[in-house]
Amino acid sequence: MSELNLAILLGSVVAGAAPIVLAAVGENITEKSGVINLSLDGSILLSAMVAFLIAYETQSLSIGFLGGAAAGGLVASLVGVFSIYLKQSQVAVGFVLTLTARDLAYFFGNPYSRLYGPQVSPWPIPVLHKIPLLGPIFFHHAGIIYLSMFMIVFWWWYMYKTPAGLRLRAVGESPEAAYAKGTDSRVLQVGYTILGGLLVGLAGATFSLCTKPGWGHPQGAEGTGWISLAIVIFGGWHPVRVAFGAYLFSFLQVMGIQFQGLWPSVPAQVFQVAPFPLMIFTLVLMYAAQQGSAEAGGRRSWPHRIAARLSGSAPAALGRSFRPE
Amino acid sequence: MIAGIVALSTLILFAAKAPPMAAFRHLFMGSVGSWLKISQVLMGWIPLTLCACGLVFSFRVGLWNIGVEGQVVAGAITATAILRLGAESSMPGTILVIAFLGGMLGGSLWAALAGFLKVKGGVNEIFGGLGLNFVAQGITLWLIFGPWKRPGVASMSGTELFPPSLWLPTLHTLRLSPVGLALTCAVLIGAAWVLSRTRLGLALKGIGNNPRAAYLHGLKPNRYIIVAMGLAGGCAGLAGTFQVVGVYHRLIPAISSNYGYLALLVVMLANYRIGAAPAIAFFFVCLNVGSIQLPMMLQLDSSLSGIIQGSLVLGALLLYGYRRRRQGGEKV
Repeated sequence: MSELNLAILLGSVVAGAAPIVLAAVGENITEKSGVINLSLDGSILLSAMVAFLIAYETQSLSIGFLGGAAAGGLVASLVGVFSIYLKQSQVAVGFVLTLTARDLAYFFGNPYSRLYGPQVSPWPIPVLHKIPLLGPIFFHHAGIIYLSMFMIVFWWWYMYKTPAGLRLRAVGESPEAAYAKGTDSRVLQVGYTILGGLLVGLAGATFSLCTKPGWGHPQGAEGTGWISLAIVIFGGWHPVRVAFGAYLFSFLQVMGIQFQGLWPSVPAQVFQVAPFPLMIFTLVLMYAAQQGSAEAGGRRSWPHRIAARLSGSAPAALGRSFRPE
Repeated sequence: MIAGIVALSTLILFAAKAPPMAAFRHLFMGSVGSWLKISQVLMGWIPLTLCACGLVFSFRVGLWNIGVEGQVVAGAITATAILRLGAESSMPGTILVIAFLGGMLGGSLWAALAGFLKVKGGVNEIFGGLGLNFVAQGITLWLIFGPWKRPGVASMSGTELFPPSLWLPTLHTLRLSPVGLALTCAVLIGAAWVLSRTRLGLALKGIGNNPRAAYLHGLKPNRYIIVAMGLAGGCAGLAGTFQVVGVYHRLIPAISSNYGYLALLVVMLANYRIGAAPAIAFFFVCLNVGSIQLPMMLQLDSSLSGIIQGSLVLGALLLYGYRRRRQGGEKV
């Protein structure tokens, strides 16, 4: 393969991964605070529809992106309020919202199906995009795709290098302990749930205004939410590794066309399934690593150390509702 | 609650600039307006109720069996495999019975796998089940486009139709399967009996309420988790088999018709008990069937039915939440 083709191929991997990166990093933030927002798949579709509708009516892309983000934040706020303040199961609320948000998107998006609307155009970064190979891969994209890359680094820095990030992780590990230390765990959890939802909403907007422009039933973003949820686990709740998972998946998708030539009987949709067995495998690995260290009395044998390094660990309070006493 | 939902639907319809009365009339007439429509609703009620029955088992032991969708698919795949093997047989009745048993076993094993992953692999049943849903979907697509493709061209329309001798018999004029109805009623009664009158039902309830106390009483939660998942998957597998032999007469990519996911909503709205589930399932399928003609008649998307179903369940969760909040407040 010539260098130019390779650059174009990898560039499309980076561009195709952008919405998954945004959604997965958003979910990563939410889950780090101990809340599962299961509604991703529906949220992404609803925000894709809202973003397209607003951008179409106002002919303004930035208002479209804002609208999409707001839609994602709104769904997430429902998850937060229902689960944290009304003590309903996070999974139950998230699941109902997945289906309902998707149906709302199809219902209200119906009149806007298959219309030609505004879409973002590439915005090459001066000087940098001229670098051979790296330029076309990383620096010849639309603004939202740079934002997705920035988010990875930013949230890694935020989670692991700032006091606020430490509080975020503390709430996710033990809301009771954080509460005793003077953090209002519930406010923080709702806040990070909504913040994560805003990023999920941006992911939806990226679909309808950039990656798969336009709206329809189906839009083409279906299933991305579930994939993002799987990738968060695969990446062990660490933004950089989560993003790596998203790029790996996007790479598989782009290469799916090549694979199709190798095994013509296997439809491209089968490759879509790849993240899920990987997710289950990661979870088993994680469990094995924990079991191993418990049996060895805290001392880990080398296979367990490798397993632990590969798999990371879930926030201890993930999915559990906190009740201040 | 009902008034609230009617009001909300009206509001949604106004927002979409659609005439609410006409939409409600289409929903009503399109689902229970004629015997033909009612039989269509019942054909959807059968798999949905079967899935809901199964889910009550897994909820009772405290599991969120989101993998029910994949269990329907696993049952459908197993049934299709059996029917393909027996297509030339001279005893179609026997083959159908074996297909139902096989489908039940297929769904059961797929669910037990999720249970096993939870018990032995530490994989939360939600993520395990969800992952297995997509794996089952992938296998279906692979089968339809690969080993089981139609002679000539493989397509999304599914595998080749089975010979009519392997179709579940329907009433003379209506597309309604008495065998399916009888089977579903039997499963309903059986499930209600097991849950309320047997030691197994009591054990599942005990473990669901307090696994640790149940363990101290000598019950083995892990074993019962697998049993409950197996029962849930068995019901879902029956639903999948019914979709194959009673409705589509072949394997298609969307063989589950999303009844697994919808059944989760049904059971949540029924407050995780079997009592109200059949009625709620009937109402939900009425909405689904009634909304089919909305796109043609009113240029509305048929997902209106999903919005109504989802809002109902959200409303119920809100109600439970407020009740709990008030109770909590009294204690303090």
